[in-house]
Amino acid sequence: MDIRPILSALRRHKTAASLIVLEIALSCAILCNAVFLIRTRIELMDRPTGLAENEVVRLQMNKTAAVEGAAALTETDLAALRALPGVKAASASNSIPLGIMGRSLDITLTPEQSPLFEAAYYVGDEQVVDAMGLNLVAGRRFTPSELIDWETLEAPDSEVAIPAAIISRAMAEKLFPGQDPLGKSFLAWGDAPITIVGIVEHLAQAHGHNDPAVYDYSVLLPIKGSFPNYILRAQDPAQRAELLARAVETLHRIDPNRVILRQETVEEMRDAYYEKDREMAWLLAIVCIALLVVTAMGIVGLASFWVQQRTRQIGIRRALGATRGQILRYFQTENFLLASIGIVVGMLLAYAINQLLIGMYELPRLPLTYLPVGAAMLWLLGQLAVLAPARRAAAIPPAVATRSV
Amino acid sequence: MYGYYLNLAVRSFRRNRMLTALMVIAIALGIGASMTTLTVFHILSGDPLPGRSQLLFYPQLDSADMEEFTPGEEPEDQMTRHDAEELLRQKRADRQAVMKRGNVLVKPQSAELGAFSADARYTSSDFFPMFAAPFKYGNGWDAAEDDARSRIAVISSTLNDKLFGGQDSVGKTVQVNQNDLRIVGVLDDWRPTPKFYDLYGGLYGEVEQVFIPFSTSRDLKLDVAGRMHCWGENDFEDDPEGPTSVNSPCAWLQYWVQLDSPAKVEAYRQYLTNYSDQQRAAGRFQRPTNVRLRGLMEWLDHNKVVPGDVRLQMWLAFGFLVVCLLNTSGLLLAKFLRRSSEIGVRRALGASRRAIFTQHLVEAGVIGFVGGALGLGIALLGLWAIRQRSAGYADLAQLDPAMLVITFVLAVVATLVAGMLPAWRACQVTPAIQLKSQ
Repeated sequence: MDIRPILSALRRHKTAASLIVLEIALSCAILCNAVFLIRTRIELMDRPTGLAENEVVRLQMNKTAAVEGAAALTETDLAALRALPGVKAASASNSIPLGIMGRSLDITLTPEQSPLFEAAYYVGDEQVVDAMGLNLVAGRRFTPSELIDWETLEAPDSEVAIPAAIISRAMAEKLFPGQDPLGKSFLAWGDAPITIVGIVEHLAQAHGHNDPAVYDYSVLLPIKGSFPNYILRAQDPAQRAELLARAVETLHRIDPNRVILRQETVEEMRDAYYEKDREMAWLLAIVCIALLVVTAMGIVGLASFWVQQRTRQIGIRRALGATRGQILRYFQTENFLLASIGIVVGMLLAYAINQLLIGMYELPRLPLTYLPVGAAMLWLLGQLAVLAPARRAAAIPPAVATRSV
Repeated sequence: MYGYYLNLAVRSFRRNRMLTALMVIAIALGIGASMTTLTVFHILSGDPLPGRSQLLFYPQLDSADMEEFTPGEEPEDQMTRHDAEELLRQKRADRQAVMKRGNVLVKPQSAELGAFSADARYTSSDFFPMFAAPFKYGNGWDAAEDDARSRIAVISSTLNDKLFGGQDSVGKTVQVNQNDLRIVGVLDDWRPTPKFYDLYGGLYGEVEQVFIPFSTSRDLKLDVAGRMHCWGENDFEDDPEGPTSVNSPCAWLQYWVQLDSPAKVEAYRQYLTNYSDQQRAAGRFQRPTNVRLRGLMEWLDHNKVVPGDVRLQMWLAFGFLVVCLLNTSGLLLAKFLRRSSEIGVRRALGASRRAIFTQHLVEAGVIGFVGGALGLGIALLGLWAIRQRSAGYADLAQLDPAMLVITFVLAVVATLVAGMLPAWRACQVTPAIQLKSQ
């Protein structure tokens, strides 16, 4: 296929050709960035929390001021909840991953050190690992003798030390890279070192939206007391709704005046937590599709115009012996050339936009793998869009050459 | 003349329905997407208190200790209780109020309603006049009642509807965490957007349901909610009030002042500097004096209250609009040039270039108009879709008349711009060549 006649034909249609090139370039630039944004959102949503998400439910109680006997009431509640049929384990905690509200601690290894990072902390009794459904990869669960009462710990002039902690693997690797963390200790609560007795595969922070680096830095502490979140793990995921209903009924039977703020499965919590990200991803996807459709429409429109305008030339070429296939390929090659220029300009533009986004939203750099994929998509789109007008051109009979328009 | 051009334009559309429809749809999609996102942006970046926002200021003091000190850093974003109460006592601004969000348990008197938790705001008397909060019944409280630590409350109209069926409840009591508070006022519908006075809770939610004097809230030890930053040795743990005690090294209160003239703003800035110097001399502040006094809008801007996603969506939609316009421009060009011979005849019969240009621009304008109308429909649909979402600002997404006009103008102007190049190309057609090729 000789490209020279195509180029000279395009040179006579500079305005139209540059418009289509610009359109393809801009589409390409927006598309690459939008797809990249969708990917980053999906990666965000796919991060594991460490919980057995399809088995765990939580009930959030309104526990306002410290009331006399609140801790004892929590013990009664937990005993009743554990006795419910279908409950694998239950515990009370200050917070739960995906729960948005959470607390954190500054972690150090020595008293003189400035804080290494902030880790989320969760509390619970000997059942907390099972209630959350965490995957214990090393060490052990808490023992009843390790448990500390929150009230004792928080009392003025309290000298109580926390004897044990279970931490996430990511945090263990950050603190003791390449070493066995079991039996080692860190500082987080006063001056007394806390010994690591267990490692869980994952345990996400309650609110990990802001910094992916620290998302999986969490600590589980053996503390019991009057905490607002009852975490229950169902034996059968299909029974979670009934389990929640039965738990609410049980809790109201123990104390009819209590207020239950939330009752939900972790899957519901996940849906709510990532709702905005999901919406954003959908919106981006819709815009991408609309962009592709509009660009394709533009190519179809312009190609049709060119075919119509060149009807006579095509007739002449056909009369001079050009085959249908050659006419078809002429338009396809023309589109390929236009798309290629558009794609090259578009790639540069995509990088420029990415640079802007990095500055404004602290996004990561656009991976280079996006460029060939985006290019292939636009080439394919161009070829598909030009196919109908090109086939119409190929169908022009040689006899047209003899007619005067 | 324009009537004739309009007529020509409509005929031209009829002759080429497919191409015209493509252009109208492209314009409509572009305009619809842009207007949807622009409306959301407009709502979220709006002035929550038009007419008053320029009088309101948010002072900041750098009260933390030297640990983690970086020179030139922002001071604390909230105030310690000691400073807030001291500034409040000295009353150097035209109006001033301390505030903090909290969560309380409200127990209705009627038996059928169970106790429920409600958002509360603990604040001081100037809150209501300073922010021009409208009252349905009664009034706010005065400074004397702040000092007297009165057991009083102002409730929102939502809570009033719930507890008293919308009746005038001034003088009745509301039970908050087992304390009876006398209702002194009921707010009318009021929803400053964004909820500027406290950026650390929901930004686009409703106002709190119960307003209680700050002094009273401390007496009753009501729970506080929202951001709190503490530093230094946590010796406040020996204090029964913990981190919310007067002398705790914790910044947790929002503090607002009203300053009625630029001179007063400068004077107040100086006063803050002096105050900070005094506190340093007294050994309370350790860091070099570093005060801020931002106006309301500046404070919102500084805290980037418009969600990044919304900004991103807006840029995306405008990029999309540009692609749609390029597309329309290309299609118009194809359409106009296809008519070259027709234009040649008109030119040969004496039409000026200007006339040809105008004729084609009118045609572009009509497409813009129709595209705009359709785009408006798409924008309404888009906003409806946003209202179905659960984002805090979802129910605010409404098209206002100004945005409606902007949609139309934007659609027509954008299409005219897109039509400029094709129309110019059309009027360049030389009559002789076109006639010859006939």
